[in-house]
Formats: sequence, C-alpha cells, structure tokens
Amino acid sequence: MAITITDNAASRVKTFLNNRGKGIGLRLGVKTTGCSGMAYVIEFADKVDKDDTVFEEKGIKIVVDPKCLLYLDGAELDFGKEGLNEGFKFINPNEKARCGCGESFSV
Amino acid sequence: MALLQISEPGKTKDPHDKKYFVGIDLGTTNSLISLVQNGSPTILKDQNDNELIPSVVNYTKENISIGVPIKSDDAITFRSVKRLIGKNYKDFVDNKFFSPCEIISDDNIIRFNVYNKLLTPIEISSEILKFLKKVAELSLAGEIAGCVITVPAYFDDSQRQATKDAATLSGLNVLRLLNEPTAAALAYGLERKTNSKIMVYDLGGGTFDVSILDLKDGIFKVLSTGGDSSLGGDDFDHLLAAFIENKLNLNIDKNKKHELYLYAKKLKALLTSRDSVKVNLIDIGIKSESLVITKNDFNLLINNLLQKTLIISNNVLVDSNLSIKDIDEIVLVGGSTKTPYVKKVIEDYFNKKPLSNINPDNVVAIGAAIQADLLSGNSQEELLLLDVTPLSLGIETMGELVEVIIPRNSTIPVTSSKEYTTFKDGQNAMSIHVVQGERDVVSDCRSLAKFTLNDIPPMVAGAARIKVEFQIDADGILNVSAIETMTSKFTSIEVKPSYGISDRDIENMLKDSFDNAEKDIEKRHLNEAIVEAERVILAIDSALDLDGDNLLNKNEYKEICVARDNLKEKIHSKNKDMITEAIKNLEKRSEEFVSRRMNSSIKSIMKGKEIKEYS
Repeated sequence: MAITITDNAASRVKTFLNNRGKGIGLRLGVKTTGCSGMAYVIEFADKVDKDDTVFEEKGIKIVVDPKCLLYLDGAELDFGKEGLNEGFKFINPNEKARCGCGESFSV
Repeated sequence: MALLQISEPGKTKDPHDKKYFVGIDLGTTNSLISLVQNGSPTILKDQNDNELIPSVVNYTKENISIGVPIKSDDAITFRSVKRLIGKNYKDFVDNKFFSPCEIISDDNIIRFNVYNKLLTPIEISSEILKFLKKVAELSLAGEIAGCVITVPAYFDDSQRQATKDAATLSGLNVLRLLNEPTAAALAYGLERKTNSKIMVYDLGGGTFDVSILDLKDGIFKVLSTGGDSSLGGDDFDHLLAAFIENKLNLNIDKNKKHELYLYAKKLKALLTSRDSVKVNLIDIGIKSESLVITKNDFNLLINNLLQKTLIISNNVLVDSNLSIKDIDEIVLVGGSTKTPYVKKVIEDYFNKKPLSNINPDNVVAIGAAIQADLLSGNSQEELLLLDVTPLSLGIETMGELVEVIIPRNSTIPVTSSKEYTTFKDGQNAMSIHVVQGERDVVSDCRSLAKFTLNDIPPMVAGAARIKVEFQIDADGILNVSAIETMTSKFTSIEVKPSYGISDRDIENMLKDSFDNAEKDIEKRHLNEAIVEAERVILAIDSALDLDGDNLLNKNEYKEICVARDNLKEKIHSKNKDMITEAIKNLEKRSEEFVSRRMNSSIKSIMKGKEIKEYS
C-alpha cells in the first residue's frame, strides 16, 4: 500500500509547511460528501493518531487513517496550474467517476 | 479536475463550498488583494500577472477600466481618489488632489461630472474594489464571502464609513476595517510577542505615515500617528529628474519632462541594487551628453526628505511619551522603503535594524489577509484587535459647552453613557448635538450630527432622566442613542459624518486645545455661570408666580425682584465672578422665601394625616 507525491507537489508542501511555522506533515484523506459521494481532504497534520499510517515521501510525512487509505492506495498527489489558479490534485486509480466539476468522485 | 488547497486540520471545505475571505489594501497609489491559502498568505495576481494594481480609474463613454491610466482625450482618469474619500468639498479645495473633470458641489458633497453622470469619490473607489474582487474571483474560481480592508490609522469616522460604503457598493462584505500599521505588524507575526512597542514607518508613493503601536497580551493599540500626506517616493523621482535636467542643462517641454520623470523612477529602482547608473536619455528621445549618477548622488538628493520623516517620527514618539530606546520593533511599509539608504537612515537614527524581509509593497495586504483568515474562523488562533479613537466625542450641553462621553484614545469597540436632565419645567424635547474635538466650547469643535428626542413627559426641570449612549463598533463607526428612562422613549442615530477631517486637522485640533486650554477653561467657567444664573432666574420666577403673593410681603417680594434683576444685568457683563456674586446674592435674598415654601408644601401634604403615617 502506498501513496506517492510528485517533486513539484513535495516542494510546494515544504514551502507551505515552512510558512505555516508548525505541523509535522500532510494529512490526506477522503470524506463522504458532495454530488458524487466522496471528496478529497488535504490538511496540515499537527499530530499522528494511533491507527494512522505514515509514509515518508521526498522528505514529506504523509499521514493517512486506515479507512481513507483504502480509497487512496496507489494515488499520487500532484501540484499544478490551471489558468490563474494553482493547487493540488490527486491522480487516483481507485476513482471510477467524478462529478462534472471534478470536486467529488466515487469509487 | 478542480484544484485542491491544503486546509487547517479539520477545516476541509465541502465540495462546491468555494467561499474565500480576502484582505484588501486599498492604497492611495496602488491596491492589492491577498488571501491565506495553504496556510500562508499570497498576493493574488491580475490577468497580466501584476500584484500591484494602480488605484487608477478610467472612465470612457462606453466603459470603465482600472489599473493602467488611459492616455486619451476620450478618457477621464482618476488617481489617488483615496485622498478624497469621506471628505467634503471644503476639504477638497485645500487638497492637492488633481481633478480630471468638472466638479459639482451643491451640498458640500464632492461630485465629479463624468460624461454627465455625477459620481462621488465613494463610487469611484468602489470601482477599484469591484476590480479587485473580480481579480480574486477569477484566480480562485470561487466566491468572495468576506474581506478585511485596511485604512490609515488616522482615518476618522466619516472616512471609515465612506470606505465601508464603497465596499458595499462593490458587493463586498466587510468583516472589519483594519488599521494599516496594525496589518503590517500582523504580517510579521508580531502579535505572538507578549509586550512590545512597535513603530510602523510607511513611506509610499505619495504619502508618509508613521504610527506607534502598543502590543499588550496580543492586543494592539494605536498610541499615536503622524505623517505628511504629500511626501513620498514620487518626490524622490521628481528630485532625481530635476537633478538630471540641471546637470545636463536640458531645455525640455512639459511632455518630455514627464517622460524624464518616469525614466528617473526606473533609475531609482536600479539604484537599489547598483552603485551607479548611466543616464541614457536617447531612450526617451532627448539628445544630451552622458551622465553617471552614483548611489551617493541619489542619497544626497533625498537626504532632506528623509530627515523630515525622522523629525515627524520623533514627534509621534513624543506624542506617545516614548523615546527611541522604548521601541522594540520597526516595521517598514511602502515601496519607497526599498531604497537601501532609507533603511540605513532609519537604522542609524533609531539604532535598530528595521523589519523589511516581507516585500514592503505587500506587507499591509498580507496582514489584512491574515486577519480575514482569522475572522473567517479558518484558523484556531484567537486575536482581538483594538484601535483607538483619534479625537474625543461628546455632546453639547447648556451654555454651548462640550461634555465628553468617549475621551480621545479610548480603545474601540467602546460603549459609554451619561445621564442628562431637562433644563426647564415641562420641557418635552431634547436636542442632542454630537461633536468631536478637544475644545471646551461647541463652536471650536467639529459637529458630527444633531437629532432630537421628542415626547418627554412634562416634568419639573431636573426630574427627567435621559440616558445618552455612545457606541463605537470595531470599525470605528459611531452610534448615538438617547432614551428617556421613565417612558423608555428612544431615539438613535448612526453617525455618517458629512464633514471631512484630515490627519493634519486632527493635529491642529489637538494643538489648538493645548494652546487654548486656559482660555477654554475661562470660557467654560463663564458659560457654566451663565447657565446657572439662567436656571436660578427661571426657578425664582416660577416660584414667585406660584407662591410670591401668599408667602411674601411687599418689601420681601421687591427685594427678591431687585436681586433677580441685578443678576439678569450681570449676565451681560460676561464676567464670571460678578455673575457668581449676583447668584449668591439672589440665593441669599430668597433663602427665607425658599424655606417658607418648603414648610407650606410640607404642611399641605401632611394636612389631615396622622403623624404615625410618617414614622
């Protein structure tokens, strides 16, 4: 089981963590919401819980809880630009369908 | 797919919930919009990748554009509209603001005639805010749910209200107005320190502001502010252009002069990183010999202006009862502080290295974004920001005297109330006149608003209880209410003052109050004596009317009348001592009468009742 992160995303995360001044890494996950059932979660991680899995990728600690890991296994986190907007996106093989705007997905 | 941003733990937004909270630095020369994204503040860019958006509004017959000035006879271009916001026509006449078109002002409100449409500075400012909002919405692909807008610390009620009005017109929801120096301190995270005194030195394109902030337990208080609204980096450019013109003996027309000025601006930027620059006027179509300008030449040129800013800074320190050694941090704001010599002069004078690692163009917008993020609830940190009122607020009392309800330098938000009563028997209305200033007499202060509390039930003078409450919210907007406590008759007013006031006015008003302190006290004593005299005369007259014939013999009656007429006469003397003397005399003459009245009224109350009922 693994989650990976691109070079571009890793360097961005590092910068953001530095600017924030605290946090041990990144918490990735999914939550059940939105028009297609699920939405991705990217948050700063301030602590690791008991059941969490922690990946160390390109110098970034990625924290995932066991349930979310099922949906994110094999996914890659990337950082990119679309028009004027910059941000992160998941390339997730578990995704089956997405809502029109791409903000939520289903497996 | 949609792009995602990193959220704070537990704060991930639901899909489609794209609401953003931004910070806006609405500047005199340039404006910026910023937000906290991925945990750190970013300045948003417009479609041409610019962070700094010139506060320039162009009107053509067909449309409105913001940013780059249009050079054409078909366009009316407004610059530095911030100088006029919340001001009236009277202020405008004294101001250095250059109007690009005809001004119509029937009611002391500034209105520009833009292609037969009358526009106020508020409406023109709102175009800049509308544009910033659009920039943000395009780059975030979301909705702007709220914003924090920064204003100079010396902005008064009417300027703050006008800024809010401009935001409302542009469809922005203002969470709070934030003082610019406070925003700069926030950008550097200075609120995390426990206690410190912070000086914010803000040298922009056309204005200089300096403020002293007092940070105590995470709360900012503006101790004092000062500045010069016509001193800035543009003056550096003018000096440099004049220097070149002089050195090369140029004889050029107005248009070329302007090009030389723009060229000087570029040279100035180059001189921040180089020791010397070669002047090449061929680029702007002027034939001349070549010239090399060194950093030292430039420093000498601007030295006088910088010394002026130091004197102002020092005065502001003195205002706060502080000295140089009390200052813990100096924060640099404004593009002109990028000039290395500016930093050096400040460091030498204050013996402290100023904070300058955040781009001084962005620092205020960044602070505003951090504040917006806090207010939106995105961050767990709690921060309460306090500001102070620049001038005292009060109401007019009898004798045209000012009674202060909220003293100057009170931290806001603040609520304060006082009780008043009626002056005449049966008085059924009370006029509330809200004034601002430090002088004792109403006519020397600034009138903010007038309203009337009606339907006070008829009572004898002094029996009614009217509570007047002043409330200033976190944005510095004043709300005044009056309530008659027996009947709960209530009336209130939100003060959107129509008269303008500038930092210099505030300074003058303060200075006036110091210079005239003695005169004011004399005037106050005199007016108080007159009011007291009038009150005594009214009371005696009504008593004589009621009981004079019953309780007094002819001689006694006459004696009181003589004393009363003497007092009436003395009021005109404008001599406080003579008036008080006459009041005392009248009171003495009527002592016996007053006690007889007391006895007779007690008798009439007790008539037919047993003593035990009173035990």
